[in-house]
Amino acid sequence: MVQTIETKDTQQSNKEQEYLLEVKGLKKYFELSEGLFKKEKQYLRAVDNIDFYVKQGETLGIVGESGCGKSTTGNLIMQLLDKTEGEIIFEGVDLSTLKGENLRKKRAEIQMIFQDPFSSLNPRMRVFDIIAEPLKTHRVAKGKELENQVYELMDVVGLDRSYARRYPHEFSGGQRQRIGIARAIALKPKLIICDEPVSALDVSIQSQILNLMSKLQKEFKLTFIFIAHGLPAVKHISDRVAVMYLGKIVEITTKEKLFDQPLHPYTEGLLAAVPIPDPTLRDEKHRIIIEGDMPSPANPPSGCRFHTRCPYAQEKCRSEEPKLIEEKPDHFVACHFPLEDGHGVLIEK
Amino acid sequence: MSVNSQIQNQNQSAISPVKQKQAPNPVVRWIRLLLKSKTGTFGFIVVVAVVLIAIFAKYLAPYDPNMINPAAMLKPPSWMEGGSSAHILGTDNLGRDILSRIIYGSQVSLAVGLSAVAFAGAIGVFVGLVAGYYGGFVDNLLMRLVDSFLAIPTILFALVFLSVFGPSVTTLIVVLGITNWVQYARLVRGEVLSIKEREFVKAAKSIGVRDNKIILKHLLPNVISPFIVISTLSVATTIILEASLSFLGLGIQPPTISWGGILSDGRDYVATSWWLATFPGVAITITVLAIIFLGDWLRDVLDPRSTK
Repeated sequence: MVQTIETKDTQQSNKEQEYLLEVKGLKKYFELSEGLFKKEKQYLRAVDNIDFYVKQGETLGIVGESGCGKSTTGNLIMQLLDKTEGEIIFEGVDLSTLKGENLRKKRAEIQMIFQDPFSSLNPRMRVFDIIAEPLKTHRVAKGKELENQVYELMDVVGLDRSYARRYPHEFSGGQRQRIGIARAIALKPKLIICDEPVSALDVSIQSQILNLMSKLQKEFKLTFIFIAHGLPAVKHISDRVAVMYLGKIVEITTKEKLFDQPLHPYTEGLLAAVPIPDPTLRDEKHRIIIEGDMPSPANPPSGCRFHTRCPYAQEKCRSEEPKLIEEKPDHFVACHFPLEDGHGVLIEK
Repeated sequence: MSVNSQIQNQNQSAISPVKQKQAPNPVVRWIRLLLKSKTGTFGFIVVVAVVLIAIFAKYLAPYDPNMINPAAMLKPPSWMEGGSSAHILGTDNLGRDILSRIIYGSQVSLAVGLSAVAFAGAIGVFVGLVAGYYGGFVDNLLMRLVDSFLAIPTILFALVFLSVFGPSVTTLIVVLGITNWVQYARLVRGEVLSIKEREFVKAAKSIGVRDNKIILKHLLPNVISPFIVISTLSVATTIILEASLSFLGLGIQPPTISWGGILSDGRDYVATSWWLATFPGVAITITVLAIIFLGDWLRDVLDPRSTK
């Protein structure tokens, strides 16, 4: 069995060295139990066959509306949820095949920053213990050494050392998020999944936290998967962006390409939704507005999942599901009629 | 980073004089916290007093609690007509001194009340944590067990258990524990179900914290508040339940004395000599109230959010 794959492996080895994480055909269906006597099982297709990769040291933004499956994707990679199908290959190892102690050890290499800083910290633990927990769990340090490491981490994320004995409720949202970040980087992980880390914060604090994260990324050579529900949040920090809609990736490319010339109508709509402060820069003529709500992932539309809300939808879109293909170099899109002249927004480079 | 840490150090030194105020030693801190709450102080004093009375009963009781005195039967309390200062709280139908009986009765009542609750609480919290955290089959199994325990009438079960194993303080504690753990299990499970969905539990899992550590360090401290409230309340019901079992003749056997026992002894005379049943009842009420107050205070100080 091993030998048969070997040839394939050597072919891919170059690519794999580059890719820290590769997700292949990942699916997560939640079973909906409706009634005791209902025979046919219904599934909520939270994540439906997605593929992407993350390169060492880059930041991949995942963007989409609520319920598009972006957080589920994060939880699947973290192994907090069991996948239905697919592979999650981290440094050549399929994480979803790991069990028990092996998985527990591997967890040190992938960490998560959570959305809600008010529920992501145990209200009954002091800041010191919260930050020390990963170090203790993986027996990285103890005693005086542990103390030093925790204080160092507090310095790094910009928390005053005198806060160590305090409880989380004594802090503001931004400070709490710093505690969460200190906990996430404590084990010097290779990959950090940021699940909307700034969406619960004030706008003024958001930029502070984002700047801190970019600083840490450079300092510790971190790789981020940055999940957000709007494009502005990922604009600064991402190198590449994946746009998700109803459990599928509809477009994935570099930030510049995505913002300059989106190929998918949904991306164009998302970009049009970004408020532009200067009225003279607004492009009202080409502004498309996506109307209606996202259909239920339990009963997704046939063909292209976006056709119900797409201003350019045609007959083919209703019957045939588009595949994610490389329309332009390094620019993947899942659309039968990719935009020729998609209108993005100005992006400062 | 070095610049940043420098700034941090400056910050630190800037505010350190304020922070320098050394934390007082734990005993002083706890007393300070206690004095902040009037009910907590009351509860603490009464509970300590009752415990001391139970320990030093031998020296405090004016009479042998089981000494029968035909000459002084059904004497009323000293402040009433016919009462004497020899028996401050009066005597019962056999001429035994009520005060002495209550003092001695505190030993068994406290021991049974507290240990039965501790025993029930330990089982209940463990089952609740495990069922709530693991969910699925384990949860189903344990909760059906809880349901079946709920279906058994407490008194009937206690009667059978006590007649099989013979009534003694130990069997009483065990039987009260077994019949009471289910309420804790249900309570704790419910709390765990909501807490385990919070992100800090997810965070602990993603760090790779072992299940037992998650249960002990993340779940248990967060379910302890409702547990303390319920358990202090049920110290009361346990003391009463012990009284009912004593009344049925399967509780504490004479000559061992419990408050419940004195209470049920006095029932026949409630119409004519009210003090027989009233004073042990008052003792139960005050003690239970004090335990509840203490529990309330404890719940508050254990919650870091309310210590300010």
